Amino acid sequence: MTEAVHELDVRRMLCPMPVIKTQNKVRTLATGDCLRVVCTDPGALSDIPAWCRINGHQVLETGEAGNEVFVVLRVGEDNGALF
Amino acid sequence: MMSSVTESTQPIKRRAIALVSGGLDSMLAVKVMQEQGIEVEGVNFFTGFCVEGHTHAIRKKDKDKEKRNNALWVAEQLGIKMHIIDISEEYKDVVLNPRHGYGANLNPCLDCKIFMVNQATLMINKARELAGDRGFDFIVTGEVIGQRPKSQRKATMPIISAESGADERLLRPLCAKNLPATLPEREGWVDRESLHDFSGRSRKPQMALAKKFGLDDFAQPAGGCCFLTDESYSNKLADLWKARNERRYELDDIMLLKVGRHIRPQPHLKLIISREEGENRFLEGYRYQFTSITTVSCPGPLALVDGNFQNDEEMQQAAAIVARYSKGRSSDEVTLEVRSPDGVARQVTVEPFHPDAVPLAWNVG
Repeated sequence: MTEAVHELDVRRMLCPMPVIKTQNKVRTLATGDCLRVVCTDPGALSDIPAWCRINGHQVLETGEAGNEVFVVLRVGEDNGALF
Repeated sequence: MMSSVTESTQPIKRRAIALVSGGLDSMLAVKVMQEQGIEVEGVNFFTGFCVEGHTHAIRKKDKDKEKRNNALWVAEQLGIKMHIIDISEEYKDVVLNPRHGYGANLNPCLDCKIFMVNQATLMINKARELAGDRGFDFIVTGEVIGQRPKSQRKATMPIISAESGADERLLRPLCAKNLPATLPEREGWVDRESLHDFSGRSRKPQMALAKKFGLDDFAQPAGGCCFLTDESYSNKLADLWKARNERRYELDDIMLLKVGRHIRPQPHLKLIISREEGENRFLEGYRYQFTSITTVSCPGPLALVDGNFQNDEEMQQAAAIVARYSKGRSSDEVTLEVRSPDGVARQVTVEPFHPDAVPLAWNVG
């Protein structure tokens, strides 16, 4: 089990909101921080890792529990804050 | 003194923001820019009306299909960063008050394009003001003259450039040669001769260019990527405004228009009836906002009631309609539970509506 420092609850949100919320949260974090995102849209299991690959963040763990899925990521060098 | 010349004459790496929908045209536009050495980042806007993802996420029958967000997928193929921006709140004004009117349905395509290019313009202006090496020089779109009847016409191209505020910093690589030269072309940041002159509704030039770039897997949504171009969806939205006597919507409203069977037995009452298990689960999440109806004596759908019952007859009528879509539709009677948002529930037993007894005019959409 990977230790997650920050948590983001995007249950009941549909694609692409889980990605948008993850992106906006990561912009507030620092390189190396870990974030655990909990979702109910199973599409998040492909979209959030894809978003991480594009933007240079590391996916540490993904999984499913009942109707929920989760992704744990580590923030890369650039947190993506535009300005 | 002259020793610094080599360093100072190194060309500046020019950067562009591209509007990326996830479809082929914007993908090609980015690729054309990358071929010219332009560094591109993508931006994708969430309006709330995006077809992408939602129906797959909701409907069980689509669960086994490969799920992907096409904008992210395109970004990964092109090796660009992607900013996805939630504009659903600001976008209401575009849908409710389009200065240039609607297309065939409630699609405000021209205003929509102006709005999105304007958002990108604000981004590049802010970046140029603040950010040095993170700044952007211009905006790229996959627009093609004549591709869309409402927004992508020769006459609308300068309107989009002017009203968005992007002006000469808006470059359409796929049809640039049919348009006056823009700043990136005049300044030599890009080579105009290597841009394209696509026009019309044919997809052949795009297909040929995709082949040249070795791209063989891309999304080609039939009616575009926006629910507002869909006749049935637009009818449901118009019905919602009529029933409320005002043109407004919240995000939940437009999400629910994507789900289930919509039946309006009374001017002030609409039923949203799930058609399968995935929709059932999705509608479950709204039972604390809406009165809901479920079957008790047999398996059946979950229905939300948009509006308030004015008397018991209206409630029984709604229950009988829901019973018509249950496994007990051929039974003499079906027992259902009507639950209010605060959890207070009561049971009713009704004779299901005969399929022919639900007037077609009640079907919304």
